[in-house]
Amino acid sequence: MTTTTITAPVRLSQPSQGNRLSWAVSDVMTITWRNLLALTRTPEALFFTTLQPIMFVLLFTYVFGGAIHVPGGHYIQFLMPGIFVQTVIFGAMSTAAGLSEDLHKGLIERFRALPMSRAAVLAGRTTSDVVRNVFVVVLITAVGYAVGFRIGTNVAYFICGVLLILLFAYALSWGFAYIGLSAPNAETAQVMVFPLIFPLLFASSAFVPVRTMPGWLQGFAYHQPVTQVVNAARSLMVGGVLHDTGAVEAALLWCAGLLVVLAPVAVRKYRRVA
Amino acid sequence: MTNSSTRSLAVDAHDLVKVFPRGNVRALDGVSLEVEEGTVLGLLGPNGAGKTTVVRILSTILGPDSGRASVLGHDVVKEADTVRHVIGLAGQYAAVDENLTGRENIQMVGRLSHLSRKVSSRRADELLEDFGLTAAGDRVLKTYSGGMRRRLDLAAALVANPPVLFLDEPTTGLDPQSRQSLWAAIEDLVREGTTVLLTTQYLEEADRLARDIVVIDHGRVIAEGTPAQLKADLGTSVVSVTLGDRDAVAHAVELVTPFSEKPPVVEDLVIELTVTDGPRAGAEVLRALDAAQVPIAGLALREPSLDDVFLNLTGHKTTIDGDADDEAATPKRGRGRARKSDVADGKDAA
Repeated sequence: MTTTTITAPVRLSQPSQGNRLSWAVSDVMTITWRNLLALTRTPEALFFTTLQPIMFVLLFTYVFGGAIHVPGGHYIQFLMPGIFVQTVIFGAMSTAAGLSEDLHKGLIERFRALPMSRAAVLAGRTTSDVVRNVFVVVLITAVGYAVGFRIGTNVAYFICGVLLILLFAYALSWGFAYIGLSAPNAETAQVMVFPLIFPLLFASSAFVPVRTMPGWLQGFAYHQPVTQVVNAARSLMVGGVLHDTGAVEAALLWCAGLLVVLAPVAVRKYRRVA
Repeated sequence: MTNSSTRSLAVDAHDLVKVFPRGNVRALDGVSLEVEEGTVLGLLGPNGAGKTTVVRILSTILGPDSGRASVLGHDVVKEADTVRHVIGLAGQYAAVDENLTGRENIQMVGRLSHLSRKVSSRRADELLEDFGLTAAGDRVLKTYSGGMRRRLDLAAALVANPPVLFLDEPTTGLDPQSRQSLWAAIEDLVREGTTVLLTTQYLEEADRLARDIVVIDHGRVIAEGTPAQLKADLGTSVVSVTLGDRDAVAHAVELVTPFSEKPPVVEDLVIELTVTDGPRAGAEVLRALDAAQVPIAGLALREPSLDDVFLNLTGHKTTIDGDADDEAATPKRGRGRARKSDVADGKDAA
């Protein structure tokens, strides 16, 4: 073993206040890069997490869709915005699992002894999830097109709809980060997320119109964030009879509210663990 | 600060206390230690003694409940960010990203240590080469053996050339060959001026690498000094008698106990006595046993090992509540050696 490298030490200068922020951005990018690399190293996981929403599209379109009557009569038009939201919510589960794994494998411990930004682990995780969501949304759009979905407004509005859904997923992933940091291991983190996701996703307007639900459920179903985001996405992507006045504003408010509450909670949890 | 201008301390910890609320465990109960620049301090103790807690506090991962510590003069709490720039941490759990390649792991730690992309890449090449991992550099960590992971973990800790290195049980669970190669790497670093604080359960490791040793148990420092001092403080040597007949053990222990400063340690057919004047005690023991016609298969006189020091200090051997994995790496000595009952036997015999 040679020691050639150790003879010429790189002495690090202290970062000045000015480049503290640029290093923080660099740290977030490094963690994002690392998470995305990890994603490509387990292509099986990537394949099956994308397969799942595709199967949902096919299931709802060809199996359940015939029995569900929606405004405008075209179920695929009603369904697709819901599928987008469902996909990003399910995807956010990987935030919980991934963070839990980093924590319990001692990686976060190593990160904490490095001069990196404290927030970068969480911010990098949520950022890499956005990148993955973009990929999945593009793919699902293609599948949707193949089974008859058409943009009812225009491409600019459609992209606004996608951005809104990504923002919602980003806000949620801070909540899932909190769960991931609280769970004893990655498997449990996944399981812990389900009881939260199911009522929000299925007691919403994602797959069926809220007015078909029993009265006592409608109050919850209409006012919860998933419904508002799905309705906003329908307004932006399809429009017409599916347009819901005020939904976009309500959805944006929900996203902002969730982000303001969940991000500090997750950061606080992160500071406490490890 | 107790240090004079004649020596500068790389690590200075004073009266560290840490209580873990869960189970109300007093992990550290007033630990103080100093590491002079350019030296190796071995922090020795059984599992649960508080070694890892000391390392976590010194590497800014954990804040102490009371007490203070500094690394190269920087307070680990108030100037944590500065401390993080001058330390490297590698540990028993080999905190590496399994989904990345060896090279990517080192580059990641380099980038997060705020080295430029170019320098991180260059350092990754150099370190992979140094640690004999060049061929495996572009393989995902999942395919690495335990020894390779540990080397990569150490390599990643060195990416920014930290002047102070914390190694938490760097060789626990490694095979003898990997252990030797890690030791050689650590010796190289020290030769180049790196200060190392090393925790270990292996006395052999501390004996080989450390200039100074601090022994802790139950969160307290119970001894400190150089390996030679610790052995000399014991002021004794060891007479080891191997009997030729199992039935004679009880009688023999009775006969030789008066010669020993401490209750004899009995392991199967071997009786170990702690004595002040080795040669004379040896002769007397031999005479006493011979007069009683106890069959003797062997007699040896040896200087105390750090094992003896540790046994003397804590009342138990280091390996007793250690991980089982190190046992596999040690060839079994003697037959039917009942390691876990060493101490109990000795006490019973007394």
